Amino acid sequence: MNDFTPNEMMTIAASRALTSQDVCFVGIGAPSAACNVARLTHAPDITLIYESGTIGTAPDVLPLSIGDGELCDTALTTVSVPEMFRYWLQGGRITIGFLGAAQIDRFGNINTTVIGDYHTPKVRLPGGGGAPEIASSSQEVYITMAQSKRGMVEKIDFFTSFGHGDGGDQRKKLGIETKGPTLLITDLAIWKPDPETKEFTVVSMHPGVTREMVQETCGWKVKFADTLEETPAPSELELKTLRDLKARTEAAHKGQAG
Amino acid sequence: MARFMPLEQAVRENLKDGDTAAFEGFTHLIPTAAAHEAIRQGFKDLTLIRMTPDIVYDQMVGMGMAKKLLFSYAGNPGVGLLRRVRDAVENGWPRSVEVEEHSHAAMANAYEAGAAGLPFAALRGYRGAGLPEVNPNIKSVTCPFTGEKLAAVPSVRPDVTFIHAQKADKKGNVLIEGIIGIQKEAALAAKRAVVTVEEVVEDFADAHPNLCILPHWTITAIAEVPGGAHPSYTHGYYDRDNASYLEWDDVSADRDRFRAWMEDNVLKAKAEDFAVRVEKLRVAK
Repeated sequence: MNDFTPNEMMTIAASRALTSQDVCFVGIGAPSAACNVARLTHAPDITLIYESGTIGTAPDVLPLSIGDGELCDTALTTVSVPEMFRYWLQGGRITIGFLGAAQIDRFGNINTTVIGDYHTPKVRLPGGGGAPEIASSSQEVYITMAQSKRGMVEKIDFFTSFGHGDGGDQRKKLGIETKGPTLLITDLAIWKPDPETKEFTVVSMHPGVTREMVQETCGWKVKFADTLEETPAPSELELKTLRDLKARTEAAHKGQAG
Repeated sequence: MARFMPLEQAVRENLKDGDTAAFEGFTHLIPTAAAHEAIRQGFKDLTLIRMTPDIVYDQMVGMGMAKKLLFSYAGNPGVGLLRRVRDAVENGWPRSVEVEEHSHAAMANAYEAGAAGLPFAALRGYRGAGLPEVNPNIKSVTCPFTGEKLAAVPSVRPDVTFIHAQKADKKGNVLIEGIIGIQKEAALAAKRAVVTVEEVVEDFADAHPNLCILPHWTITAIAEVPGGAHPSYTHGYYDRDNASYLEWDDVSADRDRFRAWMEDNVLKAKAEDFAVRVEKLRVAK
């Protein structure tokens, strides 16, 4: 068997959720790595879109920011930012919005705005950027993040982007027609919302992970599916693709030092 | 009508204390040289607008120039938080800063409405999000045809917008390419538009007919500043200096270190220094 880290497992499990038919609005960080591993392995025809306006981009190295030149150089076309948000996102053309999160609750609501009170914050985080409308206008939303008690909390401090609210059909009640978060991929497990309550439920644990490990790194009482699967370990091709991509990325960003 | 002039003069003639100013650039083409010139001239009480305030707004806020920030993502892209902005918001150092926060979609729409001469923008946005509860400038309108409730935000209409672009021709027409961001809208939404460019060429005779061009009569002043976007990049000229963005995370972590860095790299520097900073980052033409 291959040796792999929990983070590599997370990225690879996330990449497997994407297909060549998807039009994916890519968040920076973990989502960006997963989306590009998908493109370089089983989903060569996936359309990757970054909010800087690049459509159908195929970067050779992972961008440090959503607007690196590499994204534009390899894109099918690059549009203005208003066009990106109006025609492409609001227009309903995005199948998957892929987000990371600083803080998340069991219903997939995300906070990247503040820790503490909004007006007198303990920590002022960057804010939402494109996320509020990615969460409401993408046909569905995937989320990926490493588990921690600080990140997965009973109650988030601020609703940067709306998942399923308090659960059930709250999206519908607010006039949001899209599906919202349908998949959460962490470094330990794959989670899907309960069909009724919409609470994220563990459906698959990564190789070597126990229920206790999942619970110890999560701030709410975890629900497990009745039939719990084991996530297939990364294949050699998946691991090599991810590691090569990371190595190219590191070399490229270092090369610009000085 | 666009007038060519040195950056020092372009900033002095077009920015005033208390102005609402946008220094736009969406990761690409950030008008760093213009922002540094504004810092050297020491303006006060500015309302700074930008979708993605990054290092240059961190610097301007850290130097105490801003009374208000209007933005949608205040981070060091790909690196982390803006530490000077945090210090101002969390601790009021060196002064407190009022914050008006939006989403990218709303700000993009607001700039576009500004360019279109409309008083507000409507969008299908903010549904379920927390910002409408803390930002009184996020309201709603009902579509008169379908009854759909939409978010409404005031248009953005800066006193002055600063942008950086690839080139101007001799007449002062400006060409922008690559990730064009929000610059065209930001320039057209403003009362005055100041542009720094990598180079001035004879004309755009061979250019593709659908390129993003701002006609000379939409621009107030143009200054030729090679390297003027550094550590951001100019597509076709030089790459993004990712190492500088990483380094900023350390520099900005400490008030004294920040002040010393600003002294050495901004206050004692001049517009011509930017050309040297991008030498190693130049791309083959």
